[in-house]
Amino acid sequence: MADRLPIETALPVGAIDTRATGWWAMIFVIFTEAALFAYLLFSYYYLAVQPHAQHTFPEGGLPDLKLAVPNTIILLLSSGAVAWAQLNIEKNDKRHLVWGLGIAAVLGMIFLAVQYFEWAAKPFALASSPYSSLYFVVTGFHMAHVVVGVVMLWMLFAWSAMGYFNRVRYAHIHIGALYWHFVDAVWIAVFFTFYITPYLGLRA
Amino acid sequence: MTITDYERVPTVSTEQNAALAQKLKRLWETEPGIAGFFSTVDHKEIGIRYIITAFAFLIAGGLEAALMRWQLAWPGRHALTPEQYDQLFTTHGMTMIFLYAGPVLSGFSNYLWPLLLGARDMALPRLNALSYWIYLCAGIFLYAAFAFGFGPNDGWFNYVPLAARAYNAGPNIDFYALGMILLGISTTVGSINFVVTFLRMRAPGMSINRVPILIWGTLTASAANIFAIPAVSLAFFLLWMDRNVGTHFFDVTTGGSAMLWQHLFWMFGHPWVYAIVLPAMGMVSDGLPVFVRRPLVGYTVVALATVATMVLGFGVWVHHMFATGLPNVSLSFFSAASLIIAVPSSVGVFAWIATIWTGRPVFTTAFMFFASVIVLFVIGGVSGFMTGSVPVDWQLTDTYFIVAHIHYVLIGINVFPVVGATYFWFPKFTGRLMDERLGRWNFWTMFIGFNIGFFPMHISGLLGMPRRVYTYADGMGWDWINLITTIGSYIFAIGVLLFLINVWKSYRKGPLAGDNPWDAPSLEWATTSPPPPYNFVVIPTVASRHPLWEDRLQQHEGEGSHVDAGLVLDHGREAIGTSSLDATPDIILRMPRDSYAPVILALTATTIFVGLAFHLWWLAGLGVLATGADIIGWLWPERALGETREPAING
Repeated sequence: MADRLPIETALPVGAIDTRATGWWAMIFVIFTEAALFAYLLFSYYYLAVQPHAQHTFPEGGLPDLKLAVPNTIILLLSSGAVAWAQLNIEKNDKRHLVWGLGIAAVLGMIFLAVQYFEWAAKPFALASSPYSSLYFVVTGFHMAHVVVGVVMLWMLFAWSAMGYFNRVRYAHIHIGALYWHFVDAVWIAVFFTFYITPYLGLRA
Repeated sequence: MTITDYERVPTVSTEQNAALAQKLKRLWETEPGIAGFFSTVDHKEIGIRYIITAFAFLIAGGLEAALMRWQLAWPGRHALTPEQYDQLFTTHGMTMIFLYAGPVLSGFSNYLWPLLLGARDMALPRLNALSYWIYLCAGIFLYAAFAFGFGPNDGWFNYVPLAARAYNAGPNIDFYALGMILLGISTTVGSINFVVTFLRMRAPGMSINRVPILIWGTLTASAANIFAIPAVSLAFFLLWMDRNVGTHFFDVTTGGSAMLWQHLFWMFGHPWVYAIVLPAMGMVSDGLPVFVRRPLVGYTVVALATVATMVLGFGVWVHHMFATGLPNVSLSFFSAASLIIAVPSSVGVFAWIATIWTGRPVFTTAFMFFASVIVLFVIGGVSGFMTGSVPVDWQLTDTYFIVAHIHYVLIGINVFPVVGATYFWFPKFTGRLMDERLGRWNFWTMFIGFNIGFFPMHISGLLGMPRRVYTYADGMGWDWINLITTIGSYIFAIGVLLFLINVWKSYRKGPLAGDNPWDAPSLEWATTSPPPPYNFVVIPTVASRHPLWEDRLQQHEGEGSHVDAGLVLDHGREAIGTSSLDATPDIILRMPRDSYAPVILALTATTIFVGLAFHLWWLAGLGVLATGADIIGWLWPERALGETREPAING
């Protein structure tokens, strides 16, 4: 009977690398979140092609890139910091793991702060027009994801400092990193939609 | 730290082992009493709760329907005011579609999946508990609003501008919107759990071409939900924003679009239709062959057709919007897609007919319910195919023809399979058989009542009776048809009552069933009825599609499947993780203990929505903080989960 039973094979125990259940669950969390942003951006494009009065879509004319471009770079750098942290734990370098996560979390917070100024500088409010509603709701959804991500990064930072992870058991880090890379990647889509497409001619 | 520090060679047992069973029972058993009630993560317990809760909502929705049929039995009746009628038909739709049809299938799948797959539990047991608790909270939230007269009242698909603040000033739609977003969280986490369980928890040897069709049904439905639910949650969120903070998404006067609502709603809505029938079709595909004593004809095509139906199901949503003035090219495309989808979705029906044709039917109640699905599916399918044609749809849309269609689909391909599945799996759930004599009465009353009640709606629709009218004038030619419909629907209700009586009676006094009363082929019948908390003493090894029929079918690989010999896994709550396609063991998973985190998370999440509903922003904020704290506690790493040695305390 035993020819099909793995009796002599040693198997890892617990949550190890991409065999951890949580890693698979995060993949599908990201799928559903990606779908959410796809529907948000669908709403943007759907409303963008409706008839609008001049200079109401985007409201106040072409969007200012002064803050948005550097902020995009900051978010991408924080993804890089997380990737660096992941490389470090695979080498069992726990000190640089903590550093990588801390830097990423701080960069995430800088992104949030800059977004706050970006919001404050807009000449319109949430309830001004369809464009303003879209702008604040879509970037608001993204900011909410960044807030969750920053809290998550600080928790991973704390748990790393407490010595929970090593070069074999670091599923938490990899799962959290997946989420953070997603939050950064989806910003590219949001950024392209709100800041680039009006320059490409999608405006009223 | 090398990987070997975290490795263990799992032991294998080759004989019945009472001491092992005793030990596993201690490890997996839920604490009795109130503590266990709120903390259990046992998929069987959660599955049963899902089923009972869903049936409670079915009864509520049925009573709402009974009131409406009372009103419509004769022309010109005014027992209900138009406002009451609006709330009744909307709440009826919301209840049956969102609180019954989806969750009841989640219940069956929750109970059955680990047993069908030869696993000890779902991949994410705490998430499973969370899914149930949020479902319950969302159901209570929606029904609490209804109880205070604030039930939804613009139809279950809730079109703007009618659902906008300007035309519906009360809080009804706000409760509906928030409740649906909350319910969406439950469906999403439940769906993720099913997909991950499919990919990681199948018994060694159960490659993807060996899983039962019910698994395919729930898997495709869950995968679809992962992509479709965000559309409706977003639509309801944007509507809530429009109504409460003055955004302009659906406000046509300022450049928003009412059509955006319809697109977002139906991008979800049509995949959802398949999500609430495909698992039920899977029940028929697995249950029916047992009673014709042969394997299902065309397993592979049925499995592929299930997936194909779901994929195409994402490309047909505009057939709900044929009458909205969209460009003809768009209508042509979606009409073609809607007609083509008839091909994969009817594959199952042909497979069932061929299975019966080439088998030897045993006329049990379960068989009759499963076989009747063929008839009802064909009627509901043909009326759907008809309205897939644009000119026919223009004639029939918003008439009772559509009401007939939706009921043939939802009752014919959801309620009938579910009742059949209850007769089929009740012995596994409870250890007792249901009463076959009462079962016959139950079946014929439901089947005849349903057809008397709902078939004439096709005719009233063709005669021009619009849906959602609270009454109608004398002399329209609809009088007799409506009276027959009301009588039929009441007969159907008596049939459902007989079913409930049978469940109650059989649960108390039914004859003992034994492990495998139907001589069925799949793994759930290899364990005791009801199954022990750990499901299987040793993890089965699977060598064919029908592990318990291998002696007679001779289609297995090598020496065949093993259900009494296999991996032991008794160092705490453990399960085997296997590779996604071939199901080769690749990890020993540590499974969570019972936990209060899910029920607390459901309550804190509900607090957020209560806060939003009453504009108590501080309460919503508090809910967010409490939810965050609960999640952090839930995810806190545990060093012990990497232990390879057996903790002394478990012995």
